[in-house]
Amino acid sequence: MNKTWVTPGGIHPPENKQQSLTLPIGELPVPEKLVVPLSQHIGVPATPCVAVGEQVLKGQKIAVPSGPLSAAVHAPTSGAVWAIEERPIAHSSGMSAPCIEIVSDGRDQWIDRQGIADFQHTSPTALLDMIAQSGIAGMGGAGFPTAVKLDPGFRRPVDTLIVNATECEPYITADDAIIRERTEEIIQGIHILSHILGNPDNIIIGIEDNKPESIAELEQQTEDTGINLVSFPTKYPSGGEKQLIYILTGKELPSGQIPADIGMVCVNIGTAYAIKRAVIDGEPLISRVTTVTGEACGINRNYQVLIGTPVSHLLQHNQFDQQRSSRVIMGGPMMGFSLTSDQVPIVKTTNCILAPSHSEIPAEQPAQPCIRCGMCAEACPASLLPQQLLWYSQAKDYERLEAHNLFDCIECGACSYVCPSNIPLVQYYRNSKGEITKAKREKVKSDQARERFEFHKQRIELAEQEKEAKRAARRQAAQQAKASSAGSGSAVDIIAAAKARASEKKADPQQQRAKLERSVASAEMRLQVAQEKLDSAVANSESEEKINALKAAVTATQQKFEQAQARLAEQLQ
Amino acid sequence: MAFKQITSPHTHSLQSTGKVMQMVLWCTLPGLLALTWHFGWGSLINVLLATFTAVIAEALMVTLRGRSVLFYLKDYSAVVTAVLLGLSLPPLSPWWLVVTGTLFSIVVAKQLYGGIGYNPFNPAMVGYVVLLISFPIQMTTWITPLALLPEAVSHPNFIESLNVVFANTAPADGVTGATPLDSYKHSEGLTVEQIYQRDPLLSQGLLAGVGWEWVNLGFLVGGIIMLALGLFTWHGPVAMLATLALLSAIFWDGGSSQSPGSPLMHLLGGATMMGAFFILTDPVSSAVSNRGRLIYGALIGFLVYVIRAWGNYPDAVAFAVLLANFAAPFIDNYTLPRTYGHTDRRRATEKGEV
Repeated sequence: MNKTWVTPGGIHPPENKQQSLTLPIGELPVPEKLVVPLSQHIGVPATPCVAVGEQVLKGQKIAVPSGPLSAAVHAPTSGAVWAIEERPIAHSSGMSAPCIEIVSDGRDQWIDRQGIADFQHTSPTALLDMIAQSGIAGMGGAGFPTAVKLDPGFRRPVDTLIVNATECEPYITADDAIIRERTEEIIQGIHILSHILGNPDNIIIGIEDNKPESIAELEQQTEDTGINLVSFPTKYPSGGEKQLIYILTGKELPSGQIPADIGMVCVNIGTAYAIKRAVIDGEPLISRVTTVTGEACGINRNYQVLIGTPVSHLLQHNQFDQQRSSRVIMGGPMMGFSLTSDQVPIVKTTNCILAPSHSEIPAEQPAQPCIRCGMCAEACPASLLPQQLLWYSQAKDYERLEAHNLFDCIECGACSYVCPSNIPLVQYYRNSKGEITKAKREKVKSDQARERFEFHKQRIELAEQEKEAKRAARRQAAQQAKASSAGSGSAVDIIAAAKARASEKKADPQQQRAKLERSVASAEMRLQVAQEKLDSAVANSESEEKINALKAAVTATQQKFEQAQARLAEQLQ
Repeated sequence: MAFKQITSPHTHSLQSTGKVMQMVLWCTLPGLLALTWHFGWGSLINVLLATFTAVIAEALMVTLRGRSVLFYLKDYSAVVTAVLLGLSLPPLSPWWLVVTGTLFSIVVAKQLYGGIGYNPFNPAMVGYVVLLISFPIQMTTWITPLALLPEAVSHPNFIESLNVVFANTAPADGVTGATPLDSYKHSEGLTVEQIYQRDPLLSQGLLAGVGWEWVNLGFLVGGIIMLALGLFTWHGPVAMLATLALLSAIFWDGGSSQSPGSPLMHLLGGATMMGAFFILTDPVSSAVSNRGRLIYGALIGFLVYVIRAWGNYPDAVAFAVLLANFAAPFIDNYTLPRTYGHTDRRRATEKGEV
């Protein structure tokens, strides 16, 4: 038995995991339409590589990664691309984002799948490429592109691989279910991970002791594999990456760093399974196991769900009763977010759809003032002072919030859970984090604007100085000329000076040309005016003398105009 | 289908401020029982009268402030303040003393600062100190414990007690007397042994004075129950009691005429246990972090001892708590816990980057 460490804080909410574990992982009929978001991961949304109307096969790539921090997206079933447009997606704000809608043709016909059975003799780079092309992103919740996380060239060498099988949120049993039913494949996935990472010294599966069946399966399968299975007492939020690292290794992940910085990689056990399917079976990530549970659902169980399946499809097949439901949550009751619509699709990170009844999760009680009882501080796994953070959030005292390490809050909700005054603490922290981030962004912006302005001012000043210098030089030259003309009075000098000026002007042909063009234009205008005057005089039958004078003027102007044109032509040559 | 949007976390424990306060009230019972057993009905009348006054005052103030009366009465915080004040006042105090103190606690010390959660000072102790300074005679007249009453004299029964409180009739001779700490304070030049010989209150006690030791043990029992229930952490009370014990051990000097009294007498005499478990554990006015509460508790223990030993007042819990209330925000500044992933403890005044 490996040593484990105990994190501060933590809570023990009712687990409610049994309900969804009475039946094995189920399958649902393929929905008529599937809506596949282009961004199901952290990073840049994928770029569609199919056109509307195109026929696609199950597992065919429909969007390619846009740059290194992105993930591919594949068709979850065979059919036609119906639309590529914005649709409501699974997000706490209820926002819309670009999605590809696929109408199933009912055949569910796969592409040609090509796996690598002998991964041991395949280079890690090739395997990483395969994982990237399979669109795998962390399935525990954050959805970080897995190939990026595993890239050994990206950070320093990895000595510890942690496989997260904690699943500490109440109600969720998706990981538990796949461990029970697909242990062998998970272990294969872990071997692939180990191979990619250059066989790290420590490979640890961390699991809470509330999953005895899974632990028994894993114990059997990890025997003599070099994989350590470590179970530890159940406590929320032990499954948080930072918490799990501490529980298993006694090390803390320094604030602002990622596990690779301390030679660790932390992968969800569902991701390990997806990697096995991708590498050995050649199946891209187009489905996942999702728990459907809560008293407002007649059936509670886990399903192998196609990515892009609308939540309504899941609810319908599980005897969902809206009358009984207090809300519909994607994720667990601690960190999940409530959905505003049942049309949002299941994505790669959706581990649970929870539809609790009113008695199970009642409506929020009005918040009372904080009495600083400190139960929140006792529950905080990051050793923060939630009561102080609340105080400063309300006062919008961002300096103090940062001094109290607001950004180390993992938003696990333990503080809100224990708060006897029903204060939505996490909501305050999210809001303050957003405000501080915004303020920082604006500060960067205003700094840039200030720099720009200062540079502009400097440039203007410089130009002014140059002008002033020129002016001074000209004044000096004029004075000198004056002095010399007053002194010698020689006409030869003056003429020489005039000639020099003229040649100087000539030296600049562009200026010369512009001047000639101006004179051509003005001559033309004068000619027009003279012609108009002559015409009106003729029309008004004015005196012969006047008409003749005007005629002469027109001729003279005509001549000047022609001369000017000739000069310009000469200059152009 | 459209659904309601609610922020996470969605589940909550069933704990509520009202329930916490009710548990505190239940835990005062052993102390109240000991008080009533040894000193008669006076304390119970104090508690009931203060509660009545506090609820009315709270309701009026909340109404004046335009808030929901029921919502705020449900948190039971006014009742807790009133009960604690009632327990700390001398039994058989005149009714106006109790009412004045309670009104000051609820109206000035609590509601004028913004009500529950916003009072910088412990409301019960503010009320107590106001009374102690304004009405020193009434506040220092205590009752003789049952065991020491003269022959043929007994504590007034409940109805007689009501008469004493409301009609200002004097109780029988010998019913009122000093407290053990008073006895100590007014004994210049006597060794501890001489003081004990002089005063049966001390000499007939088992640990720290007849009656008083049981009252303190009662509050200790209540406090341990609250600790076990997780209503507060051990840091504040333990720091206070440890500091008090340590200082009284250092200055005990075997009981010369200069000795301020034995550790046992300081721990189980006066308002020590009530202060440690029911007064300084008021979360609103105390320091917030566990380390902060250690310092806060130690400061109170220190002040209690210094005032008891060398100050003008025989007991000092109320003063010590109020002085420490002043210091709480300052303590908070320097006692932030070390956050996960940080190597240093920060000071709250360190500036962020915004």
